[in-house]
Amino acid sequence: MPFSLNVNGKSVTVDVPADMPLLWVLRDVLDLRGTKFGCGLGQCGACTVHLRGNAVRSCQTTVSSAAGAAITTIEGLSPDGSHPLQRVWEELDVPQCGYCQAGQIMSAAALLRRNPRPSDADIDTAMSGNLCRCATYTRIREAIHRAAGNVSPTATTAEVIR
Amino acid sequence: MKRRAFLRTTALAGGGLMVAMYLDPAAVLGQEGSRAPAGGANYKPWAFLKIDANGKVIILGKNPEGGQGAKVHLPMIIADELDVDWKDVTIENAPLDEQSFGIQRTGGSTATPINWEPLRQCGAAARQMLVAAAAQTWSVQTSECTTASGRVRHAASSRSLGYGELAAKAAAMPVPDLKTVKVKDPKDYKVIGQSARNQDVPKIVRGEPLYAIDVKLPGMLYAAYEKCPVPGGKVATANIDEIKKLPGVRNAFVVPGGPDLTYTYPACCIGVSLHAGVAIVADSWWQAQQARAKLKVTWNEGPTASNSTDGFNRRAQELSQQPPQIKLYNDGDAGRALAGAAKTVEAAYYYPFLAHAPLEPQNCTAHFVNGKLEVWVGSQTPREGRQVIAQSLGMSDSDITVHFVRMGGGFGRRILNDYMAEAAWIAREMNGTPIKLLWTRQDDLTHDFYRPAGYHFFKAGLDASGKIVAWNQHYVAFGEGEKFAPNTAIGGASFPAGFIPNFSFNASLIPMGIPTGPLRAPGTNGTTFVYQGFIDELAVASGKDPVEFRLGLLDTPRTLLPNTRDAFNAERAKGVLRLAAEKSGWGRRQLPKGTGMGVAFLYAHLGYFAEIAEVSVDNQNRVKVNKVWVAADIGSQVINPLNAVHQVQGSVIDGMGAVMAQETTFVNGRAQQANFNDHRLVRMNQAPKDIEVHFLKTDNAPTGLGEPALPPIIPAITNAIYAATGKRIRSIPIGKQGFSWA
Repeated sequence: MPFSLNVNGKSVTVDVPADMPLLWVLRDVLDLRGTKFGCGLGQCGACTVHLRGNAVRSCQTTVSSAAGAAITTIEGLSPDGSHPLQRVWEELDVPQCGYCQAGQIMSAAALLRRNPRPSDADIDTAMSGNLCRCATYTRIREAIHRAAGNVSPTATTAEVIR
Repeated sequence: MKRRAFLRTTALAGGGLMVAMYLDPAAVLGQEGSRAPAGGANYKPWAFLKIDANGKVIILGKNPEGGQGAKVHLPMIIADELDVDWKDVTIENAPLDEQSFGIQRTGGSTATPINWEPLRQCGAAARQMLVAAAAQTWSVQTSECTTASGRVRHAASSRSLGYGELAAKAAAMPVPDLKTVKVKDPKDYKVIGQSARNQDVPKIVRGEPLYAIDVKLPGMLYAAYEKCPVPGGKVATANIDEIKKLPGVRNAFVVPGGPDLTYTYPACCIGVSLHAGVAIVADSWWQAQQARAKLKVTWNEGPTASNSTDGFNRRAQELSQQPPQIKLYNDGDAGRALAGAAKTVEAAYYYPFLAHAPLEPQNCTAHFVNGKLEVWVGSQTPREGRQVIAQSLGMSDSDITVHFVRMGGGFGRRILNDYMAEAAWIAREMNGTPIKLLWTRQDDLTHDFYRPAGYHFFKAGLDASGKIVAWNQHYVAFGEGEKFAPNTAIGGASFPAGFIPNFSFNASLIPMGIPTGPLRAPGTNGTTFVYQGFIDELAVASGKDPVEFRLGLLDTPRTLLPNTRDAFNAERAKGVLRLAAEKSGWGRRQLPKGTGMGVAFLYAHLGYFAEIAEVSVDNQNRVKVNKVWVAADIGSQVINPLNAVHQVQGSVIDGMGAVMAQETTFVNGRAQQANFNDHRLVRMNQAPKDIEVHFLKTDNAPTGLGEPALPPIIPAITNAIYAATGKRIRSIPIGKQGFSWA
């Protein structure tokens, strides 16, 4: 069945079953492989994209329900990859294995759009649907604060003693 | 065994230099035959570096990378000795080629200890050749030349040449003997010890394809693979003809599977076989999965279908009442000392089976064309993966090309390469058409090589002064006869053996057949909870402070198993304990009611870690980890401090998951946890906001830290819960005992 999608500002038509999850349309049909598969159950957040500006789990979103609406993936978060979150993610060296990070950044971007100066509690609430198996949470929290221009209430501590 | 290492240099087109270290090929074969333990002196690493005519330096990351950071810090070692600025270095992935690079394996926190010396020699040798080329150009002595920032200088004549200008000439210089090549004085390090970022991050944050799951080949089809819910079960019947008619399905077939290895307990964890199942190949993976939902299979489940967690628990209790089957370690006479002790303490500890759950589900892309196979995979052990394919398909290694790419986590799961064998088999059936096999999360959690559960029954005796005089430990584990199942054995001479005069450590085994394997910090990720929990109980029974009690136990200056890789140095353990206590304000801070601090330490993977957790527990048993302090001694250098802190902080939070919620249970031989709703990882709102990490530098060779920071957090938290509430935790996960995260 043909569906018209608006992905990262471009209109595309895909011919797929109506109940095919958006995740697999993005990854396997449209070759946008930045959005990741982690659980297929909306439990991990690795597949997070923006649908009408809101963070959604693309593994739980059928292509038919996404047709016609603006969809943004990690590839389209900014025209040149310079979204403040992308830059600060590099600055703080947030990722370890990196597999969850596209989903983390998409959730964080949706948070900052509706709440440009989030508190620690706001960040916890918005980000708790995104699992990081390497547990980079300390830096994700710090990076969101930094991208928001917040002075982080907590900073990680490390020192080397001779 | 003596091994010869030698350098080979090659002039690059356009006037560059390539330096490679090569191992004597005969020695490589010897290594493979002996399968020396990871971290032993038998492994030799190889790394290439390339300098082009423009001075651009490319260093190859030799090991599979899945977040542990070796792709950055191993090249840092070469760059420092080469004397180039880190900003001028580009890291590229090495191909699988152990003849050139040595062992290319990610596991055991071994990257640093194995590679530290040879990679320094490699960089220093290349530098020496560049200096020789400059000296010859200027007709001066090499001793008059110095290097810095990728240039050779001759101060007396104020001349200098960049490495790029010298590269072609350097390639023709005599190759230095690695044994005599002069490496830097550590005080001159400019790259080692300075934080360096992961060069893949710009790609990660922009969603560029990096992982095996992102590999796409022209004409590629997608495969799903249904296996018996009981590990090792075989297909009896399947509605293959119906499945073949479903939308998008191109093929469906039964894979008979290899010999059942679940009962054979191969000598090492690499003994993986191809599990039987039904493969479905379709135009899209989603269609393959839709068809899979309509699959009707009857299975020959095999003897392990009677396995259950309840049954194991009952059997462990029975065995605890019987004399142990296997003697592991004995000092003095624990029975007599217990009888004469002023005070005795008894306790039974338990940790469960546990899955790995790397976030990228297992997958492998394979292309078989007329007898030759090419695969793309995220594997911690790509060479062993090739071997598993060769064995499963009856192919020779030389007909199989393995490309290893960035892994979406490993944690030990990707040491086992069963998914590679499955993809290879399916690709051969689809001769000529590339396929990508992708598992679901359910496939991953129900077909793992689990961290084995363990039961520990203790009796210990204290003398009138509160000193431990007797220790009796009956470990009930899994195995057949006297053979432990993979990753269940514990070295008999592990701490606290050797520090207690009357010590008796014995084991009994329960037959099992569930696949088990290494999980991050194998061997200690469960036992550290057990040992450091019971020692905490003894500290309380002795009326002593838990830190002081541990320092007292270690206060017998000695090294256990001297000159082996398991050598335990009590002074180093005391060093990190004291540092963690000092930084956390241990014993010096007034804590509110319901808040407590707990301590634990570990020696593993050649590193020493002490961890202290401050935890609050409310009246509904909701637990909040307020703050964690980690003190680590991984030797004289922390090569990349940025990544080092990341590894430690991640380990702490990973370990919290094991404390609260994670376990794999079995009913009728089937794993009961199938997704992240019942295999619960720590989420951001549960993670402590501050995890302080302190490195204590000591005069020891640098070692790794992807693993040893994890185990101590588990008892640090459970001991803190005791301090906060008086409730002693003897079994994890604690979510089963009424606790939850605040």
